[in-house]
Formats: sequence, structure tokens, C-alpha cells
Amino acid sequence: MTTFIELLVNGVSIGSVYALIALGFVIIFKATEVVNFAHASLLLVGGYVIAVLHEDLGFWLALVAGVAVAAVVGALVEFCVLRRSRAGDQHVLAIVTIGVDILLTTELTRRIGTDVLAMGDPWQSQVVQIGGISIAQTRIAALVTAATLITCFLLAFRYTSWGIAMRAAAEDRETAALMGVRLSRVSMGAWAVAGALAAVAALFLTVFPTPGLDRSTSLVALKAFPAAILGGLDSTTGALVGGLIIGLAESLAAGYQNDVTFLGRGIGEVVPYLVMIVILLIRPAGLFGTRELARV
Amino acid sequence: MASGTLAVGGLSVSYGKAVQALREVSLEVPEGTVTAVLGANGAGKSTLLRAVSGTLPFHRGSIEAGEITLGGRRLSGLRPDAVVAAGVVQVPEGRRVFGRLTVEENLRAGALGARDRSGAAAARERVMELFPVLAERARQRAGLLSGGEQQMLAMGRALMARPKVLLLDEPTLGLAPLMAERIGETVAEINRQGTAVLLIEQNAALALRLASTAHVLEVGRVTLSGPADALAASDEVRRRYLGVGDDDALEPRFQRPPTLERWAG
Ligand SMILES: Nc1ncnc2c1ncn2[C@@H]1O[C@H](COP(=O)(O)OP(=O)(O)O)[C@@H](O)[C@H]1O
Ligand SMILES: [Mg+2]
Repeated sequence: MTTFIELLVNGVSIGSVYALIALGFVIIFKATEVVNFAHASLLLVGGYVIAVLHEDLGFWLALVAGVAVAAVVGALVEFCVLRRSRAGDQHVLAIVTIGVDILLTTELTRRIGTDVLAMGDPWQSQVVQIGGISIAQTRIAALVTAATLITCFLLAFRYTSWGIAMRAAAEDRETAALMGVRLSRVSMGAWAVAGALAAVAALFLTVFPTPGLDRSTSLVALKAFPAAILGGLDSTTGALVGGLIIGLAESLAAGYQNDVTFLGRGIGEVVPYLVMIVILLIRPAGLFGTRELARV
Repeated sequence: MASGTLAVGGLSVSYGKAVQALREVSLEVPEGTVTAVLGANGAGKSTLLRAVSGTLPFHRGSIEAGEITLGGRRLSGLRPDAVVAAGVVQVPEGRRVFGRLTVEENLRAGALGARDRSGAAAARERVMELFPVLAERARQRAGLLSGGEQQMLAMGRALMARPKVLLLDEPTLGLAPLMAERIGETVAEINRQGTAVLLIEQNAALALRLASTAHVLEVGRVTLSGPADALAASDEVRRRYLGVGDDDALEPRFQRPPTLERWAG
């Protein structure tokens, strides 16, 4: 039973980190109708900046810098690449983001090399005991941070002018423009917010129990894609629920894989994709989505 | 030229270089007046408003020649948000309310483009006076409103930006006659409060009653222009747009199927 509760808490925690990534992915899609395949590389940018700067600046300043750099890189990708592209076709733009992803990831993995970079976080490998169950401090920090950020984001999305502009543009770009909404600002804002959220996610993907940031971190980030897709590409609620489902499924599958050895080792790695496939077979637009990927 | 006149001069518009939708269209909407544009489906009425609002790029359309100005200031070539900030706001054909947003949020969206946000409260008050039903339904999703209510919301949303000139694209399309009348009365009231209106209508009788000046658009050209009452009295307009025969006493609608067909399209 304690194992189960530990797996549950860890699953929710990692799920909330996936939700941060998926949320950024979804708001870019809502604001621009572009599927952003460069998301994992934005995450790597943020994580890399934190890892490189924490010794000189201290952890918290390095975190701020990582978040800021990832936001700026996101905004720059929108400004320099997507906006300049005369393609106008969302399929083509999605492919452009694959190009951006390859560029950024190649450069960063070249810099990282074979190193495993520490993040210099204050939690390290400390563990908290609560009534017989032990939870890593990093998992609690991840959960609290992600929950706070998600709450702030949802409140802003619901109540601020920025949120109204985003939602209006997501629903009907031309009419939003007729209301004086500047679509270019909306999409740049979405990319910046997505970058910032991804940088925070990068931190929590690379701290304990993970040894640190390395070249495979962006692969871990890819698990957030099934989270976004199974929740529904155009649904913020979907991103949150999708993140939690993937996190829980992964944690439970990894925890109990000894009981299901007939499925083979490493089942935790493939479970996110299995869950996504099953859900998409039943609901092609995702749990909360209104648009199928094929019709994007 | 009066200070707030919206002037369209020699405007030619094409879509994707192949479809010529407007040819040398010229017309004016003087400050504080209602100007009507009549025309069959596909005549280029919505294209005219897209050109003014700067939304042609959404349709791969572009201005080939001509100029649009407000009080002498050039509007053509500006982005949609700059046109709104200059005081020209459009209510698009088919209302296009944000169905997943609440009524209140739709109104807030309408205020996003206003140059200064200080007058938002007063604008909101004015909108609620014009359309009390919007206050009752403030928290409902706009998609759940009836067609007439959606039209009111679309107009209220546009008024939130406190326009000098309001562009209305077929506001009574698809509405029951009684609701169409109410929308017509509201247009007159909005104009009385000082906003100029460029009114595009299929309902020629209603439009000619509201407008002081009217233009007829046919296949991208202005073919008739003049005071609304003169146009309403002209044989050409009576026959083609008011469904009234010039020389027959019998029910004209049944005698002129070609006219009906054009409108049905
Ligand atoms: N997005 C578009 N692409 C190509 N042609 C268009 C487009 N929109 C309108 N047209 C053409 O331009 C002409 C005028 O259309 P429109 O302005 O919508 O007319 P109206 O509003 O008077 O019904 C029509 O021939 C129509 O087929
Ligand atoms: Mg039209």
C-alpha cells in the first residue's frame, strides 16, 4: 500500500511536469494552429541555461535566467522563422518547427557532449517522510511549482485581456483581428509563455532522481507530446489531464513492472504511447479536444 | 472633405490575382450619416468591407489600386488593429461572435482594440442600454444565443471600441422580419448617437429607409449612386432590389423569378 501511494504521488508529480510542457504545446497550437515540434528543444535551452549558470549566479538567479532565455528563444523562433515564412499553411509551418528543433537540439547536444550537468538545486536527493511513505523533496517541489504555475496561467487565461485575446484568436483569427487583436503579438506571447513553462519543466525533469541534464533530456520531454495529444491538442484542460494520465501510467507501470515481467522490462517507457494510442482510437480528437490532428 | 469622412476612391481588389472582385469603386460615408450599399450575392460587398478593415490577406486578397481614407488619413495598407484604433470597426457577415466565450467576454474582446481603454466602462453602459438582453445573458456562452441576440452581441462588441464609423455586413441576414426591424431601429439609434454607419444589406427596403445615401454594387462596380429616397423611387432599384414591378399591378414576386433566383443564391 505504501508503495502504491508513493508511486501515486510520484506519478502526479511527474505528470504535473508533463502538464507544464503539454500546456505550452497546446497554447501555441491554440494561438497559431501550428503543431510545435520544436518544443523539446525549447525545454533543452532552458535546462541548459540553468545548468551552465547556477555555479556563477546561484540556483535561483540561474532559474530566472533559464526561464527568460527559453521565453526569448521561443519568441524569436516565432518572430524570425514562423512570421517570416510566407507559407501560411499550418502543415508547412509545423515542418518548419521540425527544422528549428533539429538546429537547436544539434547545437545544444554538441555543447553538452557526453556530460551530465547538475542543476544545482537546493533539494538534491533529500527525502521527506510522511506517515511511513517517503517522497523526494524534488517531487514535492515539482508538484507545488507546477500546480502554482498552472493555476496562475489558467486564471490569466480566463480573466485578463491577454487571455481574452488568446481565446478569441484561438476561436476565430479573422474576427479577433477585426476586434483589433494583434495576432502577431498573440502568437509571440504564446511562444514566449510556452518557452518559459518548458524551462521550468526542464528543471524538474533533470533533478533527483534523474542524475542531471544530458543529451537525452529532450527525449524525456517528448513524453509530453502524447499528453497533449491524448488530452486534445486545442484544450488546456486536456493538457493538464493528459499530463497527469501519462505521469501516473508511467509511474505505476514502472513501479509494478516486476509483477508484469511477461510484458518485458522498460514498460514504463512505452506506456505513455500505449495510453495515447488507446485513447485516440476511442476518441480521435483527444479527451477534451475539438479538432483531430489529421484535420489540423 | 469633412473631418471624419470615410472615403473609398478608385478601389480595385482581387483575390489571388485571378478573381477581380472590385473594380474602381468609389464612395463616401460622411461623418454622422448612414450610407447603404446594395447588391446581389457575390457583387463584392463583403470584399469592400474587408478592404476597409484590412482583412483581405486572410482571404489571399489584395488591393490593386485605389485608396481608402478616414478624414484624409490613409487607412489602406494598415493592419486591422490600426484600422480599429483609427475608429473604423466592422460587424462581419454572419455575426461571427466568439461562441465559446461568454457574452461578457465577447464584449471585452470588442474593447481590446480601442486606442485608450479609459472609456470602456462608458462604452459598456451604452451597449447595455442599446441591448438590455446582453446584460441578462452576460454569463452565457455566446454560442447559445439566438440569431438575433448574436447579431446584437456582434454589434455591441463592435461598439465597445467606440467607433467613429461602424461597418455592418448584412446585419439582418437570416433574421425573422420582426427581429430585422429591431436591428434596423438600433442602427438608426446608433447613428443618432453620432456614429457614422456603412450599411450593407440584402434587405433593400430596410437599408434605403435607414440610409441618406445609397450605392448599388454589381459584379464589382458601383452602377447606381444617389440619395436613398431617389434610389428607392427609381425603376431600376424598385424592380431589381425591392421586388416591385414598375408597370404591373399583380404580385410582382411571382412574375419575376429571375430576381428571386438571384437573391436565393
Ligand atoms: N476568399 C475568396 N477567394 C476568392 N474569391 C473570393 C473570395 N471571397 C470572395 N470571392 C469572390 O469575390 C466576389 C465578391 O464576393 P463577396 O465580396 O463575398 O460578395 P458579397 O459580399 O457581395 O456577396 C465573388 O465573386 C466571390 O466569389
Ligand atoms: Mg457578403
